[in-house]
Amino acid sequence: MNLKKTKLFAENIRKNILFTAHKAGSKSAHIGGALSVADIFAVLYSDILRINKKKIQDENRDRLILSKGHACLALYSALAQKKIISKKDLETFESDDSNLLGHPIMNKSIGIEFSTGSLGMGLSLGIGVAIAAKKKKKKFKVFVILGDGECNEGSVWESVLCAGHFKLDNLFIIVDRNNFQQTGENKSIMDLKNLKSKFKSFGCETFEINGHNLKEIYKTLNLKTKNKPRAIVANTIKGKGVQMFEKDNNWHHSIITNTTYKNILKNL
Amino acid sequence: MEKNIKLWSSLGMRATFGLIALDLVKKNPNLIITTSDVSTSAGLDRFKNQFPENYIDVGIAEQNLIGVSAGLSSEGYDVISTTFSPFQTLRCCEQIKVNLGYMKNKICMVGLASGLVLGNLGFTHCSIEDIGTLRSIPNISIVVPSDPFELYKLLNKAISYEDSIYIRLTSGANSKIINSKDYDFKIGKAVEILKGEDVVIIGNGNILHNCLEAAKQLKEKEINCTVINCHTIKPIDKDMVKDAAENNRLIITVEEHNIIGGLGSAVAEVLSEEKNSCKLIRLGANDFYSSGGSYDYLKNIYGLSIEKIIKTVLSNF
Repeated sequence: MNLKKTKLFAENIRKNILFTAHKAGSKSAHIGGALSVADIFAVLYSDILRINKKKIQDENRDRLILSKGHACLALYSALAQKKIISKKDLETFESDDSNLLGHPIMNKSIGIEFSTGSLGMGLSLGIGVAIAAKKKKKKFKVFVILGDGECNEGSVWESVLCAGHFKLDNLFIIVDRNNFQQTGENKSIMDLKNLKSKFKSFGCETFEINGHNLKEIYKTLNLKTKNKPRAIVANTIKGKGVQMFEKDNNWHHSIITNTTYKNILKNL
Repeated sequence: MEKNIKLWSSLGMRATFGLIALDLVKKNPNLIITTSDVSTSAGLDRFKNQFPENYIDVGIAEQNLIGVSAGLSSEGYDVISTTFSPFQTLRCCEQIKVNLGYMKNKICMVGLASGLVLGNLGFTHCSIEDIGTLRSIPNISIVVPSDPFELYKLLNKAISYEDSIYIRLTSGANSKIINSKDYDFKIGKAVEILKGEDVVIIGNGNILHNCLEAAKQLKEKEINCTVINCHTIKPIDKDMVKDAAENNRLIITVEEHNIIGGLGSAVAEVLSEEKNSCKLIRLGANDFYSSGGSYDYLKNIYGLSIEKIIKTVLSNF
């Protein structure tokens, strides 16, 4: 990994997120949870995922499934940074008939594997894809990104149990542990307690990392495991990168005005 | 084939499904059956043992069942998922909406023991809401085979059909034979199984046996009933319904389902757009959960017994 390059990639993802959210204007956007997962996206798209924009639907490509679909701005921004979509496309965010709505819509031609947004569904899809890879003896990997609030959903745990049972070592579960959900802190809404130990007891090889340390993310994603799915609890800060947004849950879903946009660009 | 028809009928739809599945996978190694801990109930024990690579049990976790099935389908596998009807449909309704309806990942769902056959187990295990619920989700077709022979014909077409399909199995072992001879089966095309000229009875599933028996007895009273096997509820065979309305003065729909949302509703929707409409009576569960009991007990309560169908025809004719 070229740390400088990945760092720049992460910066640009954040800039794209803010650019798009600002363009969305009064339509508003999910900002906090996109910024918290931005560094994870940077490492994935810059250094890990085997995808080729010229052969975007190649059957050997790695699959990324954004189960916490409301963080779509991180996905769109990474796709724009990879030039799979254009900056012009970002400007269509949430407008009529756009490919880029407020939750991802399946569109394999631009690297969006599945429609997500209804929480707790992405990992099951990832398991189906990972089982298919094993059956076909394909080497590609499947990355599923969950939110911590999303882990309230019972269906998440149905699928984690299943991933462990089928020993899917081609599957990576990454939890963006930013400690907040829509209306407040996890611990006050529904305390998740020790997430890592939960995944471990469900049969995963577990890791807990700083979700903003690019090197650590990269290193963890490259560790070899056998016969177990990997679950990475990535501790993050909601709104990371924009000081006035950090840990302020008002920016979970909000509007970036012209004034705010000017201010935050100065201090990014 | 006639020998098979008798054997399958005695086995009932569920066990026949397991037998047909063996046949299907031999022809199509790309087939995967996914289940939620129901291999025995679905007649799939032999399949599971003989074709372990084509069989995935995700445990009692139906939301995950649909997601995993959709994931497999997205990678090019032909997938049949199965479990008991309430859990195959309502328990994972949103997964069906998003994964199959919205994204159009194509799978074939087989709902076991739908309708009233498990009445002794209570209404947690009956299924009178499955059709109504799934009918409102775009890109899902719904077919209710009338007997195991029709199930055989259906399964052979369902895999290559353009949409996801929900196959709703009714009745238990020793099911009635509705189709004793080979016939032309097409998803979306209703079949006239008895020709009359006075009243049209439209049904589907194994309850068609009661429709045919009622028609037989009504003939003695000089009322000649047409009986139509409307196996496909979605897409509904509009031409059949229009034709029935034009040429008769009474249509009766008969279904093991709530009269809201099922076959009766689908027929009513077509009639409501027709100028030459006719009277329609919808027989089925009249929007209430009765006390539980045997299959016959419940059919009687919901007006689906032979006697009650006859009575309904006589009092509305």
